[in-house]
Amino acid sequence: MNHSFPFVLLLLAGAVAAADTTSSARAKRPPPPPVYLEECTGCHAAYLPRMLPAASWQRLLGGLPTHFGVDASLDAATLAAFRPWLLDNAGDAQRFPVAPEQDRITRAQWFTRQHHGIKPATWQRPAIGSKSNCGACHGQADQGKYGEHDVHIPK
Amino acid sequence: MNASIRSASPSRLALLLASLALAAAGARAESPVQIRDGYATLAGATPQAARGQQFFTSRHGADWSCSSCHGAVPTATGKHAVTGKPIQPLAPAFNAERFRTPAKVEKWFRRNCNDVLGRECTAAEKADVLAWLLTLKP
Repeated sequence: MNHSFPFVLLLLAGAVAAADTTSSARAKRPPPPPVYLEECTGCHAAYLPRMLPAASWQRLLGGLPTHFGVDASLDAATLAAFRPWLLDNAGDAQRFPVAPEQDRITRAQWFTRQHHGIKPATWQRPAIGSKSNCGACHGQADQGKYGEHDVHIPK
Repeated sequence: MNASIRSASPSRLALLLASLALAAAGARAESPVQIRDGYATLAGATPQAARGQQFFTSRHGADWSCSSCHGAVPTATGKHAVTGKPIQPLAPAFNAERFRTPAKVEKWFRRNCNDVLGRECTAAEKADVLAWLLTLKP
């Protein structure tokens, strides 16, 4: 009881510090370059650099002509315009001790953790259909925004 | 002799298309009709809409057709066959952004023809498809 007030203060201070770190870290994250949005969102959501480790991004960018069974080839100049953004802001080693299987975002541990409450039947709804169809639930996925307040799961 | 002509023409075509792409380097907007006519000139033949529809909806012996993602009649929103992401209508009368930039049109034909046919489409095939798409009206 004696300790509870300072303890609460300490917790609050900690929470404020954590929030500060988070918001400043968020503020420092460079937004997706327009060329990335233009080139990559024709087929899928604007996946963010931190969703995969740099090694995965390197492999994916090196294999665009056979990108998950689809030809997503790009000319060198276009690729060079957003490659550094993906690699420089990729998920770090702490987040990714190992690269996800097949370099798939949907196989990353953080993805499974974040979506653990979603039942298989929900993923299979016609309006969703695929775990890579982020925009079905994340209304601003096309702009690379995945905030929880934007989530709306279609029936 | 025939074989050498056949093997030479795709590279000549590529050269022509490359110069087309260069001409459009400033992302100059054109109309879908101009783009169709450009392909028809390259092909040296009159585009046929009916042949374009057949080409668009056929699987060409593999898994996908153009319709797999764009829909059998691409006047409404389609759905990407792998990701499920909605694809905006392809027919120009239903989507004013379609077939405006030659370089962009070339990029998507290159990728998607490779996905569907395992090769690039010929100028005649592109002209036919575009001729058909241009017949689709609200």
